[in-house]
Amino acid sequence: MGEVIVITSGKGGVGKTTSTANIGTGMAMMGKKVALIDTDIGLRNLDVVMGLENRIVYNLVDVVENNCRIKQALIKDKRYPNLYLLPSAQTKDKTAVTPEQMKKLTSELRNEFDYILLDCPAGIEQGFKNAIAGADRALVVTTPEVSAVRDADRIIGLLEANDINKTHLIVNRLRADMVKEGNMMSSDDVVEILAIDLIGIVPDDEHIVISANNGEPLAGSDCQAGQAYMNISKRILGENVPYLDLEVTKTFFQRFASIFKR
Amino acid sequence: MGFLSNWFKSSESSSDIAKSRLKLAITSDRAVCSPELMEQMKNDIIKVISKYVDIDTKGLDIKVTRTELDDESGTVNAVLASIPIKDKRPFRG
Repeated sequence: MGEVIVITSGKGGVGKTTSTANIGTGMAMMGKKVALIDTDIGLRNLDVVMGLENRIVYNLVDVVENNCRIKQALIKDKRYPNLYLLPSAQTKDKTAVTPEQMKKLTSELRNEFDYILLDCPAGIEQGFKNAIAGADRALVVTTPEVSAVRDADRIIGLLEANDINKTHLIVNRLRADMVKEGNMMSSDDVVEILAIDLIGIVPDDEHIVISANNGEPLAGSDCQAGQAYMNISKRILGENVPYLDLEVTKTFFQRFASIFKR
Repeated sequence: MGFLSNWFKSSESSSDIAKSRLKLAITSDRAVCSPELMEQMKNDIIKVISKYVDIDTKGLDIKVTRTELDDESGTVNAVLASIPIKDKRPFRG
């Protein structure tokens, strides 16, 4: 029986889709059979981040409306044959799917896949309710910013109220240099405020932008974000992986320059 | 110039400010009842306790927050009240 994981945040633009793509890719690299579902109806994104936008024939709404079978709508990844994407509908509105339909869909996918990752839309309305309906556990993504952390707290409360009790935190886009200068909350600060267990810290890394440009998730690649996402995938699979040392080593010139930048 | 202005700045860093502002905002977000209802409940609690002891209404702090259970089995909403008593030896009988 597969596990259904919802990736959510409350606030938009903190990295839900990027996290879904990379964690799913990381799990697939470790041999798991993974399905990614984009539940953001009307604003589909996960397909372009995965680089699969040209292969879409059917979508989530087609599946729940029985216009096609699930297998027809699932798109196989370019690089990993055990990774699949169920894209969202671009034209329909967000009321096209109900929580009951999502529950039915995820329960069917459980028989086929080891992990089903749901990329949740921003907000706490219908789309959020759909995405969490069939989930066993949740990953809450936040950045170390006041607005994102506040929304994450609301989301954690709503997940609890909906009996999803296995919730972990991903602190995304952390800048170790700013934390060191006291100009950004550390992951410890965020964990203290939100009072849930951490599962990953992803540094602010320009490789993420490049990887999205190319439509190729970077989990497992040589950069810091790639390593961080791979570690999150491993932790979800139950491995005990130490956290990366995100300390930036500045060159002499950078140190010298930063004195004057103040 | 840069390091000079830094010198005179308050010692609290912007991340500390973020943290304390967030804690306050989240506490009120987590509150389950409206400010009016809170006020009513507060007044009723003061009324009842004042029957028995002389309390310091200025130092009074009553809030509803999400709190971890003692046995760590989950969280509940709880009324937390800190009500200072004026009398130094209140329950003399």
